[in-house]
Amino acid sequence: MKKTYRLLILSACIALAAGVILAQDITAWINGVGGKPALAVTDFRGTGAAQPLMSTFNGTLFSDLQSSGLFNMVAKSLFPLNNPQVPTDLRPDDNKQGYALGDWAGAPTGASHLVFGYTAAQNGLLVLNGYVFDTRQENVQAAQLLGQRYVGTLDEAGATKVAHEFANDIIQKFGGSGSLLGSRIYFVRSTIKNIDEIWAMDWDGGNQKQLTNLHSTSIMPGVSPDGTRVAFTTYAKGTPRIMIVNTENGRLLPFYNQEASLNTTPNFTPDGKQIYYASSAAGLPQIFSAALDGENFHRVSYRDAIEVEPKVNPKNPDILYFVSGPGPQQIYSMTAEGANVQRVTNGEGEASNPAWNPDGQHIAFSWTRGYAAGDWNVFVMDVGTRQYVQLTHSEGRNENPNWAPDGRHIVFASTRSGRSQIYTMLADGSQVKPLTQQGTNRYPVWGVK
Amino acid sequence: MKTYAPFRSSPLRASLSFMLLSAVFIAGCGKKAPIPPPPPPPSGGGTTAAPAGPGTPTVASFTVEPASIERGQSAVVRWSVTNATSVSIDHGIGTVEATGSSRVVPTDTTTYTLTASGTSGNVTRTATVTVTAPAPPPAPVSNNAGSARGTLDSRVQSDLQDALFDYDSNNIRDDARRALTDDAEALKRIFADFPGSTINVEGHCDERGSAEYNLGLGDRRASAARDFLVQLGVPADRLKTISYGKERPACTESNEACWQKNRRAHFSSGQ
Repeated sequence: MKKTYRLLILSACIALAAGVILAQDITAWINGVGGKPALAVTDFRGTGAAQPLMSTFNGTLFSDLQSSGLFNMVAKSLFPLNNPQVPTDLRPDDNKQGYALGDWAGAPTGASHLVFGYTAAQNGLLVLNGYVFDTRQENVQAAQLLGQRYVGTLDEAGATKVAHEFANDIIQKFGGSGSLLGSRIYFVRSTIKNIDEIWAMDWDGGNQKQLTNLHSTSIMPGVSPDGTRVAFTTYAKGTPRIMIVNTENGRLLPFYNQEASLNTTPNFTPDGKQIYYASSAAGLPQIFSAALDGENFHRVSYRDAIEVEPKVNPKNPDILYFVSGPGPQQIYSMTAEGANVQRVTNGEGEASNPAWNPDGQHIAFSWTRGYAAGDWNVFVMDVGTRQYVQLTHSEGRNENPNWAPDGRHIVFASTRSGRSQIYTMLADGSQVKPLTQQGTNRYPVWGVK
Repeated sequence: MKTYAPFRSSPLRASLSFMLLSAVFIAGCGKKAPIPPPPPPPSGGGTTAAPAGPGTPTVASFTVEPASIERGQSAVVRWSVTNATSVSIDHGIGTVEATGSSRVVPTDTTTYTLTASGTSGNVTRTATVTVTAPAPPPAPVSNNAGSARGTLDSRVQSDLQDALFDYDSNNIRDDARRALTDDAEALKRIFADFPGSTINVEGHCDERGSAEYNLGLGDRRASAARDFLVQLGVPADRLKTISYGKERPACTESNEACWQKNRRAHFSSGQ
């Protein structure tokens, strides 16, 4: 009896604590709780043959740090006169000339962190020594967050490489849950009417390559957690069915499709061991789970409504979001076994395309709330509090948002410039960048590689 | 850096199929009719070379009616002869009574010759029937006559109408009920004409719902239309449902008139 009572108190406390955490304002989450670090990034100099490469290096380093969305970048016009280049340049007090950390922390610079270092040409290679110091620390030794040596080729490519690597280390140091570097975006491109193929490109839109060659309508890709496979829906064999392509060599992998007029919206589970999809095998399109080869499938839910787009929570495999009726399409949740069905969106407008943030606490999704049917915008919701923020504002249709591995960037498709194209933006809706121009481009998903 | 197998740049496989336009030359009218012989002199007229006498037959009349027929039709040969000991007509009619008629079905323009024999001489007369080629049969409905597949396509296109739906609905409306009732009869005729054929029932949606949800909705529309047709006796195993969601709009404008055209069950030929 007493034990039960104590358990009740305990669970109440846990629920309360969880509630407090969940009640954090979603805007604060998006902008970074407690404000973003203010980063002062000095212009690095190089010795000898390294110096001509410094313009490329400095530009890349600044751009990577800024586009991470993690930092406020301090304007260079507010910097003190001198920049340290090595930690031994630092001294306790420099009378605001730049060699003391306090010179950077105080007005007008107001930096919380200082990024500095230098490069040199050594044995025909480019060597970078990069440092990050917390400007608010009295003790110089304790102030060092990062001190690292990087080596690249002595050319523009090498300068870009070491800048990316240094930026990546800084981002990880500040809790960025992963860099965009090396990540790939998979999407659907059409250059001929009714021919849609799966394509891949780098996170910044570079290196665009065609993955499938099915001469059919192949759409709605889902990427595996390790980035090695993309499952998609294709009409290559008549009725819409699921196929899987290896992202490294473009080869098709076997997938057993149920005997059905419709097998679609395949998505990998976060552990990479299963695929959830929608199938009309039982008449009405409903959610099924299956092994990666499509075998051992079983029906998850038994509801009297169309169900598509199953998405398993990255932190809790027993939470499954999907899109369904009855009535106008909304986002719903249920357990992996189809129990405890609840509507997540509030019933306004039509909702679709739920995409989990890697933190398992937030989704990006498309919603027509506040607009006419078909006027889709990208929203982000804290699924604990159901608070939401609208990121696009009816500049064309904005659909299929998907999170970058860093959990701070979103890729989406928009018709704002006419035909649908792929864009990225930060989770607060800023820094919108177009990645595609050729043909019509839809259905982007972001893979770790 | 990722390594990729060398992908073929997707070749434009717009295979140009050349359609042979077989111009049908309708062979005009068969042979030209020979100029008919001059009309027989009036009986007992004075220009007859052989004087009419007690031994000379007289051909009162010898005709073919109608004078012109289409191949396959019949004509009637009539004659009336007096004062003859025997009368015969060529082209298989043979020896006949002095007065009579015979139905003939000549395949080509034919000139019949009647020979009347008397005790003191013979008299001959001719009569001609012109035979023309029949009018060509009506052209088939298809432009692709000769290809059964093409004909099935065109029958599906011309004989079957779309069933339209309300937004986010797969209910068969009254107008869709009427359309599908007509379609059921047309489908039965098409299946009778094309044994072994199947026909796709496609489900389509307008552009407003999400593409993913619309694949599901299109599937529901296609099966609702299929089920209705099966109730009316269309064989289920010859109908195949396929959802295109909003991937194949019939109309691309953003207004209700266009959206309504896209919210449809549509037919296309299968295998």
